[in-house]
Amino acid sequence: MGSTPSTQTASSLGQRLGAILGAEHVRPAMAEDAISGRPASWVVEPGSEQEVAGLLRFADESQLAVIPRGGGTKMGWGNAVERADIVLSLRRLNRVIEHAWADLTVTVEAGCSFAELQRTLARHGQRLALDPLWPEQATLGGILSSNDTGALRLYYGGLRDLVIGITLALADGTLAKSGGKVVKNVAGYDLPKLVTGAHGTLGIVTRAVFRVHPHPANTRTLTLHGGDPAQVQTVLLALLNSNLTPASVQVRVDEQMAPVLDIGLEGTEAGLSSQELRIRNIAQPLSVNVEPASHWGARQELWADPAPAAIAKVSVISSSIAGTLARISRLAAAQNAGWRAVFQATGLGWVRIEADGDRSSALLGDLRSQVRAEGGALVILQQPAHPKQLDAWGEAGDALALMHAVKQQFDPNRTLNPGRYVGGI
Amino acid sequence: MASSVSHSSNSNPNAPIPSSGEVSLPILNELRQIVGGHGLLTSPVDLHTYECDGLTNFRVMPRAVLLPDSAEQVQAIVRVCHRERIPFVARGSGTGLSGGALPVSNGIVLSLARMNRILEVDLPNGRVVVEPGVINLDVTGRVSPSDYFYAPDPSSQSVCTVGGNVAENAGGLHCLKYGFTTTHVLGLEVVLPDGSLVHIGSKALDMPGYDLAGVFVGSEGTLGIATKITLRVIKRAECIHVLMAAFDTTNHAGAAVSDIIAAGLYPAAMEMMDALSIEATEAAVHANYPKCGGLLLVELDGPTAEVEVNLERVEAICRQNGAWEIRLAKTAAERALIWKGRKAAFAAMGRISPNYIVQDGVIPRTSLPEVMDEINRMSAEAGLRVANVFHAGDGNLHPLVLYDARIPGQEEAAEGLSIKILQLCIDKGGSITGEHGVGEEKKQMMSKMFSEPDLETMQRVRCAFDPLHLSNPSKVFPRPRLCGEKPGRYTPHPLEAAGIAERY
Repeated sequence: MGSTPSTQTASSLGQRLGAILGAEHVRPAMAEDAISGRPASWVVEPGSEQEVAGLLRFADESQLAVIPRGGGTKMGWGNAVERADIVLSLRRLNRVIEHAWADLTVTVEAGCSFAELQRTLARHGQRLALDPLWPEQATLGGILSSNDTGALRLYYGGLRDLVIGITLALADGTLAKSGGKVVKNVAGYDLPKLVTGAHGTLGIVTRAVFRVHPHPANTRTLTLHGGDPAQVQTVLLALLNSNLTPASVQVRVDEQMAPVLDIGLEGTEAGLSSQELRIRNIAQPLSVNVEPASHWGARQELWADPAPAAIAKVSVISSSIAGTLARISRLAAAQNAGWRAVFQATGLGWVRIEADGDRSSALLGDLRSQVRAEGGALVILQQPAHPKQLDAWGEAGDALALMHAVKQQFDPNRTLNPGRYVGGI
Repeated sequence: MASSVSHSSNSNPNAPIPSSGEVSLPILNELRQIVGGHGLLTSPVDLHTYECDGLTNFRVMPRAVLLPDSAEQVQAIVRVCHRERIPFVARGSGTGLSGGALPVSNGIVLSLARMNRILEVDLPNGRVVVEPGVINLDVTGRVSPSDYFYAPDPSSQSVCTVGGNVAENAGGLHCLKYGFTTTHVLGLEVVLPDGSLVHIGSKALDMPGYDLAGVFVGSEGTLGIATKITLRVIKRAECIHVLMAAFDTTNHAGAAVSDIIAAGLYPAAMEMMDALSIEATEAAVHANYPKCGGLLLVELDGPTAEVEVNLERVEAICRQNGAWEIRLAKTAAERALIWKGRKAAFAAMGRISPNYIVQDGVIPRTSLPEVMDEINRMSAEAGLRVANVFHAGDGNLHPLVLYDARIPGQEEAAEGLSIKILQLCIDKGGSITGEHGVGEEKKQMMSKMFSEPDLETMQRVRCAFDPLHLSNPSKVFPRPRLCGEKPGRYTPHPLEAAGIAERY
């Protein structure tokens, strides 16, 4: 369907796209533009929100599928798209529009990289309190659409808590804003939250407004060694049940099942030292070291090895972390698979399974049903090429029909990322 | 909470809803079967209680009030409404300040007051599951023996319900640091306007699919009825201190707020009051506030060592900006007295004015000096006093326009001034409502804040949830959008198999 077009029509489509955006911003897709193995036909780079909207309208009327792309770091996430006619790159919409530092807000175009935004915010000693994957390449639009949050979510909340406004280009060419530039605002529906994690299936976010935070004066990472999973779980819950205020907490564990617990502290030197003292008491019998902040890169390191492997995101409640690790360990042993995982104190975990497609599918399928049985979820972000690949999302529960109805209202022709999202959306 | 308020001249809440059904006697009997005789109110005396919410000047008599005590009953009622095309309005304690719970004349009201059970307390995970009729403060009451609390704290928290908070995305004094209701609602069981029951969100984060809980919270009852709500509760800070600083003007106090932000400090709350609000509050609750032009209240919380250091920095910043009196509240009792004055501020206006209008505009905090100057100018021009209570940290203004309804023309002048103030907030890049909601009162202002495409896009959500416009119809949006025929699901063109070439 979205296969290679014939030369004649390809060039005629190219001309029409060029007429909308300027020929220099349209090019035929190459092999590396493929989405989950499905080749695209054209790559376009609009230069304004109006051009994004205009391009979408053209594609929608022409029944061409559009695949939005920011830094291109997470193009394999979700299910394979059904069609991929046009890759719409937000690369040229990359400005930080307004850093209202005294109001603790920033307005940024969707194609701006996370690292670039942080450099701008740092000029006034502020930051977006978020630790997403691949910050140098990943863009704010992509991070928002994939709802990619790291360990800082424990203290600062997730994207849904940080985004306060968006401009959205709809498939029919409508350009609409929702929310605003002020942190407190209940006028109208909260569409910024609706598009967070929607993988671009409701519209293309062209700009977003975030609340920002002061950069912490000091930080310290404490790493706790020497506990078994049950002890680590106990310490983790004791931490959450205390009035200590760690910014981030994560458990790192591999198939040897010797978990370590990282605790990230932020604040004044006096505050850090007093918190460290109290953590040393709570942590017993585990040993406590001050260690490098680079441990917080552990989540991203799950992707570092290019060998075929499956990577999944697991959602459970905080008290189920050790239990979930035990399940993974048992299932991996049964499949003779290697594995590593990073779980954050919020109950979100990322697990890497090293096994061929058959065994990793079997393992993840079993893990998914076990996690679901206790109210959690498992979303597959990467899996080895394999004829029996699992659905990336799993079941979406009894609200799936409502999700389809929302999709139907926003993108009735299924122009945006068709088939990539939950339940075939 | 608020007493008398404005009535809008540009909307008619009594306007009939197109294509809505009649609540006939057989239907009333059917509804009585669902809730039992004690769960159905139809006599005018009983219905009067429900004819308005905290915005008392809009009044509409509903056809009937139902008091279900389970999700199954809510579902059964809504199924009947859907079948018969009867509009319905859900209601908690009726403390809302924008007319969100105003009934529809030919519809029914569903009071969730009997669904007031706390169903589950899971402290290790910081989760509490409640029914919608649970009182906000009762959540904190339930978990406070373990030093947890439920963060959203609207001034009405001792009477308002969690279900109402969900509908309005209620805020409070501590939003600056702890966020709003939406920050603390993780999962919902919802009866949709067609009577089906869905579960959105969860005790765990990031369930697959759209964040429908995110869009449901704050939708003002227009997307369905929440029957079960999963909340996040958080641990109380080790140390909580409040600093009160007296300045000559609100602009001086505002400059101190800017410097606090610039210094990288992040207080749990920052509140400001002007001379008129202080005068009213003193008359009402004797909080012993200093008489000054601008009073700033700053709450710092966190680890003790952290708070002690930061408190000194805040104090120094206030002095640099001209604070001539500074008091510290370090005990719970001292803090309670300080916050008591602030929380009573709206009701206290009754001490200095027979009538007043509460507004709820938001501005980027940095535009405070110009906005205050402009409000003062407009106030003088209209010949009406305006008292200002202000969530200084997040820019949420509560200007209170004081008037005397007995003087001909004053009420209209007060309404006019109130709308001008909201327009000023919009012009500064702010919002018409920070926490009270749009409801019936401000729906015409939505067109000033948002363009047609913006509003039309929001209504797509409405059409997905409630294509027949049965759930709290005619609120929030200036005019309903007909959802019409749903466009057909896309099916590939037969020629598509042959490749993209044939497609255009």
